[in-house]
Amino acid sequence: MLVKLLDLLVHNASRLKGALLVAMAALIIADLLIPTGYDRFVWESWGGFGALFGALACLTLIGLAKGLGFGLVYRRDDYYEEELEPYRALDESSDQRNRTDT
Amino acid sequence: MPEWFVINWPFVEWLSPSLLLILGGLLLPIFRGVVQKVFLLVVPTLALLAVLGTAAGTHASVQFLNMELILGRADSLSLVFAHVFAIMALVGAIYALHVHDAIQHMAGLIYAGSAMGVVFAGDLITLYVFWELMMLSSVWLIWRNRRAASLAAGFRYLMVHAVSGVLLLAGIVVYYAQVGSLSFNVIETGTPAFWLILLGFMINAAVPPLHAWLTDAYPEATVTGAVFLCAFTTKTAVYTLMRGFPETEILIWLGALMTLWGVTYAVLANNIRRLLAYHIVSQVGFMVAGIGLGTAMALNGSAAHAFTHILYKALLFMSAGAIIHMTGRAKLTELGGLYRAMPLTFLFYMIAAFSISAFPLTSGFVSKSMILEAYADHQAALVWLMLSLASAGTFLSVGLKLPWFAFLGRDTGLRPREAPTNMLLAMGIAAFFCIFIGVYPQWLYQLLPHQPVGYNAYTPGHVFWDLQLLSFVGLVFFLLLNFLAPKDRITLDTDWFYRVAAPRAVRFIHQRGTVAWRSLLAALRWPLRRIVSQAMRYHGPRGILARTWPTGSMVLWVAVLLTISLLLYYI
Repeated sequence: MLVKLLDLLVHNASRLKGALLVAMAALIIADLLIPTGYDRFVWESWGGFGALFGALACLTLIGLAKGLGFGLVYRRDDYYEEELEPYRALDESSDQRNRTDT
Repeated sequence: MPEWFVINWPFVEWLSPSLLLILGGLLLPIFRGVVQKVFLLVVPTLALLAVLGTAAGTHASVQFLNMELILGRADSLSLVFAHVFAIMALVGAIYALHVHDAIQHMAGLIYAGSAMGVVFAGDLITLYVFWELMMLSSVWLIWRNRRAASLAAGFRYLMVHAVSGVLLLAGIVVYYAQVGSLSFNVIETGTPAFWLILLGFMINAAVPPLHAWLTDAYPEATVTGAVFLCAFTTKTAVYTLMRGFPETEILIWLGALMTLWGVTYAVLANNIRRLLAYHIVSQVGFMVAGIGLGTAMALNGSAAHAFTHILYKALLFMSAGAIIHMTGRAKLTELGGLYRAMPLTFLFYMIAAFSISAFPLTSGFVSKSMILEAYADHQAALVWLMLSLASAGTFLSVGLKLPWFAFLGRDTGLRPREAPTNMLLAMGIAAFFCIFIGVYPQWLYQLLPHQPVGYNAYTPGHVFWDLQLLSFVGLVFFLLLNFLAPKDRITLDTDWFYRVAAPRAVRFIHQRGTVAWRSLLAALRWPLRRIVSQAMRYHGPRGILARTWPTGSMVLWVAVLLTISLLLYYI
């Protein structure tokens, strides 16, 4: 039953997308119309600032992460492979045990 | 807790929930088969009942070597952590029920028990003993994965925690010398003991740059072990920080840094459990930031967030573990399209993902917003914005990237069966709590240390802000979907310094040092060599003074001498 429900959602992805976009627009309009009642930060009284902040935050983080990744920290998958040499025998015995188990 | 349920049996006084779990762990290997499984469930159930029945107060204090050891300091702060630890021990045991490995079960129970021991410890010696026991038991949950990578990661985990233990012990000794007492309460700022103990706690709380042990070791643990690991070590450290270091300003900035460090690295992660491990760093950052601020609202928020975090993070690790258990794969680049094969796992995963992203009606929303609210009350705009940025990143990686590329996205043709029933049951219990706390936060709020809580998460302002933030993160994610596809790479983190840089430095120093030492010795030997070679020249086997002379020439020279003396006589 759950699979059918999920399938239904996946097959109607474009309708779902439309509905979500409408809901998001409605959310911003509601935020513009209804005062939040908070005034600790200036932006709390600006309607729709959450949406703007969310989009900007997401872009900032992706930019930051990708910059860091490609600029500094991305390495091949087997970068640390060398340090495993002394322990290789363990992998072999584990693999053997798995084979005998199955 | 309800008064009617206070347990006052004579033996419960010393048999605290923590000792119950540890004793249970030690006795577990006696049993075999089904009895062992039943025992594995009974022990955490009893511990949970014992925690529920613990009345506030000081229990089980023992005189030892002229020191007063307190095994059971039960107050509102320790009890809130004890509750969630006990729930988690039971959930973890159910999740691990199918595993035929007594060592893992033992390690899991002892680990949970020692974490609870730290929480109930009223003095620093008891705390230290349980602190070390936690490390020694938990490492087996990594090693029992029986892969080369796990063994190596386990050793590194042990090394880092040994450093944390030594710092803590040094701090305790200095503290005792200074104050003359071992009771564990707020530690006076600025003293050497303050910094030593703080550093020890910070290593366990995975505060950057001392956090890499976590993201290094947790992805290499066993499927069931990682569920225990993600719950206890960092959260005991959150508890100890909350007890000993509230209102420490440096924790505000370190906490904010943690939240951003975690989410940034999570964007790059490919291994699903490493992605989730980076979000432990990030979420613990919220708690650390709350402790740093130290107002009643912030401390309540940190305690509440630790409570909800343990449950949703365990649920995330359980569903990720189910994927690994059923497919044998852990990389996002090798997964995809699993939702039809594992729909329940997908559903449970999404409940946890919405909780960690703080969607309204889930547990994360009622706890995380407390910490943000505390900063808003304080008008600390910069920290508030940093934490909100991290909230957006949390939804990006855990709520969108991981489920999209593992459960939806392209179909990799994987058709595993749904996870075993015991795993699903454990996930179901955790998922229930995620929703229950979100819908009925008063249940959690009445456990918190600073009463009355008087906070309502469900104001239009909070709900609007949160929904807008999350939905627009979603929009950007789907717009940049191709750009965000995972890469089959790993990322370097601060563990690089002790995995690569330090061995290189040692090798370099060793090589250069050997050469320099040899030349120094050679320089010192030069005068000696000169003396020896000169002596050899005259006195050696071929030296002029050691040469053998024939008897004939001797006679000749005697004759010459006699002739000369005769001639001289006549002159």
